[in-house]
Amino acid sequence: MLARLRLEDGESDDVVEKLSRIVDFVDQLQAAPTDDVLPMAHPLNMSQRLRADEVTEIDQRDFVQENAPSTEGGYYLVPKVIE
Amino acid sequence: MAGKDQALHMRTLASLTRGLAAGEFSSRELTEALLARIESHQPALNAFITITAELALLQADRADKVRAAGNAGPLNGLPIVHKDLFCTQGVLTTCGSRILDNFVSPYDAAVVERVAAAGAVMLGKTNMDEFAMGSSNETSYFGPVANPWDKKLSPGGSSGGSAAAVAARLVPAATGTDTGGSIRQPAALTGTTGIKPTYGRVSRYGMVAFASSLDQAGVITRSAEDAAMLLGVMAGHDGRDSTSVDHPVPDYGAALGKSVKGLKVGVVRQHFDEGLDDECAARVKDALKTLEDAGAELVDVDLPNIGLSVPTYYVVAPAECSSNLSRFDGVRFGHRAEDPEDLLDLYCRSRGEGFGAEVKRRVMTGTYVLSAGYYDAYYLKAQKVRQLISQDFKNAFERVDVIAGPTAPTTAFAIGEKTDDPITMYLNDIYTIGANLAGLPGISIPCGFAAGLPVGLQLVGPHFAEATLLASAHQYQQMTDWHLEAPGDFE
Repeated sequence: MLARLRLEDGESDDVVEKLSRIVDFVDQLQAAPTDDVLPMAHPLNMSQRLRADEVTEIDQRDFVQENAPSTEGGYYLVPKVIE
Repeated sequence: MAGKDQALHMRTLASLTRGLAAGEFSSRELTEALLARIESHQPALNAFITITAELALLQADRADKVRAAGNAGPLNGLPIVHKDLFCTQGVLTTCGSRILDNFVSPYDAAVVERVAAAGAVMLGKTNMDEFAMGSSNETSYFGPVANPWDKKLSPGGSSGGSAAAVAARLVPAATGTDTGGSIRQPAALTGTTGIKPTYGRVSRYGMVAFASSLDQAGVITRSAEDAAMLLGVMAGHDGRDSTSVDHPVPDYGAALGKSVKGLKVGVVRQHFDEGLDDECAARVKDALKTLEDAGAELVDVDLPNIGLSVPTYYVVAPAECSSNLSRFDGVRFGHRAEDPEDLLDLYCRSRGEGFGAEVKRRVMTGTYVLSAGYYDAYYLKAQKVRQLISQDFKNAFERVDVIAGPTAPTTAFAIGEKTDDPITMYLNDIYTIGANLAGLPGISIPCGFAAGLPVGLQLVGPHFAEATLLASAHQYQQMTDWHLEAPGDFE
């Protein structure tokens, strides 16, 4: 549910079995001594670059929305959310 | 090396560009010849998801005109194919997934843009594991790719279509991406040359994201010389990718002449432990001997934590993938389920129908390791072990210039052989994942055959050592002919 995935009835046994094998496999990390180790955030320890706060994109809404399953007046349509 | 008499499809980029410059043939003739070859082998190999014949002929005619006007760029008129996770404007970009099976990209990826600006002609988009998650090309919604060396076998993955197309002499060069070995492993399994550059060397703009701290674009070719030519065009800073590095791009072609004399080559003991096929080990050792005979110095190095690289990867990569793939929700683009009951049903069914089994497994694994209560135990722990692995490489590169070893534990395996157990499949990338975790460049080159199938030698270097890797690979290819061997049905 958290992953927003619906599984078919036939799928779930296989998924559970394979996921538990994966979790068992990655559990071997627990044995590694990492007390004074800093978690790695970036392969090159780079800092983020900043750019000037200027508009760099052009308006392509209609073009981009050609890929959308359902739109109206420039909005994306989804099933009714508020009753 | 390749002469005038050689068939066009057997020639490398370097040889073809000389032929085009000398007026032996036009880009249109070359493009037509290769398109015909692609069409005729597509049913047996399935290396392509889309063949862009019409567009290719337009680009070829333009390249011929540009050349006639004296303005030929470095790749003018040369054929190339792109892995189907690079966005291509006006052309289907599926990532091997049902969820994008109708997605026509509104823009070009930086890689696509750069090679096109250099004059290259795109012949099509290659098949791949779904969202690059796989090591055999079997997770593609568009079906598996056959290995040109034996069509019952997998070409590896995830850039399996790119590797198969280059190995089968359908095209001299292809782009790929490598998150855990997805360029180098298929290159090894198909007898081609594949380089994954340093993280940040090539822009990821327009490359559909899988695991953003690991993904990097590279190339698959038939020689290190060609890889240098193509990478030189692709590499360089791009403001549209915040992780792209502003670091000068050396002239890779000019660096190829550097001899391996005095090159310190690290050999990692752990790479030759159990799990490596004996025949593959023997071929890799022969290659090390060849380098040593040419004046390289072999040095034993230790990477004490490298054994944890696969489990580390299978926490970090799924975590990043679960976050990246949340954009596929059936709302703005891609597959949408029919008649959803409500918004939640729309999300869950669009994703449930759109993603294949391996992608779902990784999204769920990632969601699990990032969830409250498990975050410290899995994700944070894995990022700490990643630091240790990275430090091991740093220590090793204080003593050696490159690290050499096998690319993959075995030669190509049968389609269907490893699909039942995800762990067995994951272990294919045991020698390649370390470079991704540490952001290092790596190259795989053919170094012989085991039972008639190609074996790959991997060289890994420090950050931004692409020139050293390409030069060492080129020097090795001057001393050996393994990279010239073509699969029997495709000469």
